[in-house]
Amino acid sequence: MRISTFLFAIKQGFKNCVRNKLYSFVSIMTTAACLFLFGVFFAILLNVQHIVRNAQEGVCVTVFFTDEATAERKEEINSLIMNRVEVKDTYYVTADEAWAEFSQEYFGEEYVAGFTENPLEKSDNLQIYMNDVSMQSALVTYLNSLEGVRKVNESAITANMLTSMDSMVTYVAIAIIILLLVVSAFIISNTVNLGISLRREEISIMKYLGATDFFVRAPFVVEGLILGLFGSVVPLVAIYFMYGQAMDFLVDNFFSLQSMLAFMPIEEVMGLLAPISIAVGVGIGFLGSFFTVRKHLRV
Amino acid sequence: MAKKKRTEIDENIAIQLDNVVKVYRDGRKPALNDVSLQIKKGEFVFIVGNSGSGKSTLIKLLLRELLPTEGDIYVNGTDVVHLRRGRVPRYRRSIGVVFQDFRLLKDRNVYDNVAFAQIIVQARRRDIRRNVPTILSMVGLAGKYKARPKQLSGGEQQRVAIARALVNNPPILLADEPTGNLDPTNSWEIMKLLEEINEKGTTILLVTHNKDIVNAMKKRVITMKQGVIVSDEEQGVYIDED
Ligand SMILES: Nc1ncnc2c1ncn2[C@@H]1O[C@H](COP(=O)(O)OP(=O)(O)OP(=O)(O)O)[C@@H](O)[C@H]1O
Ligand SMILES: [Mg+2]
Repeated sequence: MRISTFLFAIKQGFKNCVRNKLYSFVSIMTTAACLFLFGVFFAILLNVQHIVRNAQEGVCVTVFFTDEATAERKEEINSLIMNRVEVKDTYYVTADEAWAEFSQEYFGEEYVAGFTENPLEKSDNLQIYMNDVSMQSALVTYLNSLEGVRKVNESAITANMLTSMDSMVTYVAIAIIILLLVVSAFIISNTVNLGISLRREEISIMKYLGATDFFVRAPFVVEGLILGLFGSVVPLVAIYFMYGQAMDFLVDNFFSLQSMLAFMPIEEVMGLLAPISIAVGVGIGFLGSFFTVRKHLRV
Repeated sequence: MAKKKRTEIDENIAIQLDNVVKVYRDGRKPALNDVSLQIKKGEFVFIVGNSGSGKSTLIKLLLRELLPTEGDIYVNGTDVVHLRRGRVPRYRRSIGVVFQDFRLLKDRNVYDNVAFAQIIVQARRRDIRRNVPTILSMVGLAGKYKARPKQLSGGEQQRVAIARALVNNPPILLADEPTGNLDPTNSWEIMKLLEEINEKGTTILLVTHNKDIVNAMKKRVITMKQGVIVSDEEQGVYIDED
């Protein structure tokens, strides 16, 4: 294919868009609305995942030992735990460390100096960090069954709640997004079809003059691509400017959640959202126009 | 004329129809009924006949806009009926076509209308810039290349259409009532132009109702009636049907 042919198709594609301004505008706006919602869901999804991941990292099960447990037995318990798949890592906290941390947190330096012995002598423990938080209760049951274990402390955040929220949001979002994408592909298809019917005469002349299918169809496919592209860029810009404000709003109004809400920075969100959004926009533009053109433009 | 070998004869034939029948899907009678004809390269042929006698159907078959119900069509050695779909555009580039209603693109000027035909066949830009002015001066419109179709007279518009049909140098030109919308003066000018084009070697098949022109030009005349060729005369005349 010659470059001039390529340029011709692009130029004609733009002309098509301009020729039916109103329909092009409606197509772009519909696609933009769909992709805006897509972007919002996507950003929420990313943040939920981000928060869950953060929370999971903090989830920690603590094991305290019985008085009878020897150092060897503690060693043994540690290696048994490490063998379990859901366990990422363990950390042994000595009695002194436990006291240091506890006293730091609840008393001042001077008060602590008054103690000559460690009041938490029996509080050495094993902190367990997990790969898969949904396995927490199974792990706790297992730990309770071990000889030498006195007490098991679970993490305050129940992991199941987080993971189920995560997947529910995902399913609902995906269903809505697919529905919306079908709608906007349909509207782009209609716009392209209108362009075809407005240019019936030109198309028939092109055929007499020996234009190939490709040559006749390319401008209309370009039109669809342009509509899809613009439809994806508009919401990206909107989301870029609205994201920070939305985050500020959440933090201001839900102060109590602040410790839990570790939002993703906009750059990271855009890094994922922009390519996906543009690909989806261009993709539905292509599908919407390609099949219309195939159906209505036969040489 | 000395007897020639069959292959050599075939090479001299521009258009050949063998027992062509065309029945439209919703038509009761065939629009073309067992039509056979041969047109040699370089010929100028008039097709005349009553309204509904099948002239435009014949043109459409040659353009492969339609396929015949039966029979074979060969154009410059191409088996038109069995042409693969993907080959149709290339085939059409070997045929220029002109219609009664000009069929110019109204949103483009004269130059762009003609250049359009070259862009479609993916000609080089530099060839386009050379060929379009050449062909426009040949049809006598060099000075009007910036005009829009609606700023031109009927005769001028038809010249643009002829320029567009010829700019890619097709060996055959089909014309379906090219002077049907023109007054006698303009009709004659268009016919003179087509005759010149024919003298340069282009085979021309021309459908017309214009009795005076047919009688004056002394070319081969094929007369059709209800889908059948009823007469085919060298240096023929327009046969009145009454
Ligand atoms: N698309 C079509 N569908 C059905 N019948 C058709 C179609 N086109 C033409 N016909 C019929 O085929 C016959 C031949 O039509 P055609 O257009 O070839 O005539 P023509 O010789 O060009 O007439 P005119 O001089 O009026 O242009 C007519 O009876 C016409 O009604
Ligand atoms: Mg006709």
